[in-house]
Amino acid sequence: MVTSPFALLVKGLRKSYGDVVAVDGLDLEMKVGECFGLIGPNGAGKTTTIEICEGLLERDSGDLEVLGMKWESNGDKLREKLGIQLQDTQLSEKLTVSETLRLFRSFYVRGREVSDVIDVVQLAEKKNARVGTLSGGQKQRLAIACALVGDPDLVFLDEPTTGLDPQSRRQLWSLIEEFKSSGRSILLTTHYMDEAEKLCDRVAIVDHGRVIALGSPAELIESIGATIPAPPPRTTTHSLEDVFVALTGRTLRDE
Amino acid sequence: MSEMNVSTPPRKFSDRSLVQLTLVRFREFIRQPEAVFWTFVFPILLAVGLGLAFRSRPPERPRVGVVSSGAPADVVLASLKKDSTLNVEAFSTDTAGEHALRTAKIAILIVQDGAGGVRYVFDPQRSESANARLVADRAIQTGAGRADRVRVSERRVTERGARYIDFVIPGLLGMNLMGSGIWGLGFAIVDSRSKRLLKRFMATPMSRAEYLMSFLFSRMFFLILEVITLLGFGVLAFKVPMRGSIGSLALICVLSALAFGGIGLLIASRAKTVEGVSGLMNFVMLPMWIFSGVFFSSSNFPNIVQPLIKVLPLTAVNDALRANMLEGASLSGVSTQLLIITAWLIISFVAALKLFRWR
Repeated sequence: MVTSPFALLVKGLRKSYGDVVAVDGLDLEMKVGECFGLIGPNGAGKTTTIEICEGLLERDSGDLEVLGMKWESNGDKLREKLGIQLQDTQLSEKLTVSETLRLFRSFYVRGREVSDVIDVVQLAEKKNARVGTLSGGQKQRLAIACALVGDPDLVFLDEPTTGLDPQSRRQLWSLIEEFKSSGRSILLTTHYMDEAEKLCDRVAIVDHGRVIALGSPAELIESIGATIPAPPPRTTTHSLEDVFVALTGRTLRDE
Repeated sequence: MSEMNVSTPPRKFSDRSLVQLTLVRFREFIRQPEAVFWTFVFPILLAVGLGLAFRSRPPERPRVGVVSSGAPADVVLASLKKDSTLNVEAFSTDTAGEHALRTAKIAILIVQDGAGGVRYVFDPQRSESANARLVADRAIQTGAGRADRVRVSERRVTERGARYIDFVIPGLLGMNLMGSGIWGLGFAIVDSRSKRLLKRFMATPMSRAEYLMSFLFSRMFFLILEVITLLGFGVLAFKVPMRGSIGSLALICVLSALAFGGIGLLIASRAKTVEGVSGLMNFVMLPMWIFSGVFFSSSNFPNIVQPLIKVLPLTAVNDALRANMLEGASLSGVSTQLLIITAWLIISFVAALKLFRWR
């Protein structure tokens, strides 16, 4: 099989919906084993980019390699190796946690034991509960379990912690860190800068369909220190949030 | 990199994706009490209601009113009362009798004409009045001494299969096949699409063909239950005849279920919301509830629209079911209907697969 040092290689990616340009010449290089963050305001093109990488959307132009393979020639193989959590999927409320995971497991030729994945996302107590009775955090953990059950080499997590309480968020963080420590690659989008700072090795800030800044959270914070005014007195250093707002402005973006 | 430590043991039958997908269909259906009600309980309630409302009763005895004043009237009254098929009521005045006639308490009023004869007062448009006139006249003439010239005998036949319940049970079965096929596929698919679950599945190696087949497999399973429940009820409770071969009946049911499944798939192929698809499904099903002869024969509609009615899938299904159950028709006897059903099956599946929106 092809071994590529890159989990994801994106060059000059473009995609428009009618007159609206969603992705406008975006480049990304994500290494194997890396946790890579994609951050940006609403409508910046993050979800479109991710869905193109997941093989769910066709791109208009640009080069794309996922795990060293191309969607056009290796689609079936790629689907076996990717784990995906979509922003807005609602799993069937009538099924139980373990029924849902058995279903997802059945799609993959090889993968992890269902009970094993249930333990990893700490849903063992809920394994016979209907999905409809789960809390928001539990549903999100189940969605991630569905992404892990095929034993993927690369997972895409699109705003996995949006709308969760701090406890659930921290629980998800440790889950992501655990997965990362096993040498797999993660592409993550989030609106929470503390999350990106904590989890991601490198971050790309995306706006208007392009990458406008790239680097480790520390590098980004350092690079911006010189150009923006001193932070409010309460904090001692700049945070990634300051970088983000400085680069993308304060105007509200509503989708 | 991880192939080495993750083994791929031979997969159990129950871990195959087609089996899992089909199991999901079962689970989602039986965990939805309202779906179980509409599929299994409702048709039986409908059959009970219709069976009671239209049960066979002996024809009513015509109610005959007589104004009794004087001796000749007593003779007439006596002759009428001797006839057991008549229900006779005597009135003392013309006014009382005519009031009873006007308010439909009697079907005919018989008065003296003053010259030794009788006069029948009745509305010839009312069928029970016309019938009462014939029966009353026969009773009066016989009472006055008219003899029958021709010797008659009777052989009484009550045919199972000609009652309303016999007509309506195959119709309800057809309606049920249509409803479960169209709702069963249409609703579940559009629900998954609107919840982005279909899109989530598309991001896995799931086979699209298996996804669609799981719907057909679960339909086939529930079909057996639906047919057995409804027909079993009809046969046990109302003694509805099953004159055709069970094998042919099964084939008709399977073909019909597949055709309606295909139509459901076609309706669901592009709709994005459950509300949208519900409207479409009603738009498709409502005309067939009316025109396809579920509750009354489709031959009641004018001849000019008959060719259109005949090619509706539910008309073909109902006609085939009735021909099989009530007339004992063989498969070749319902070949036209089978051809129409098969055509719907093929056309709807091909069109649905062409149009289907997988996300």
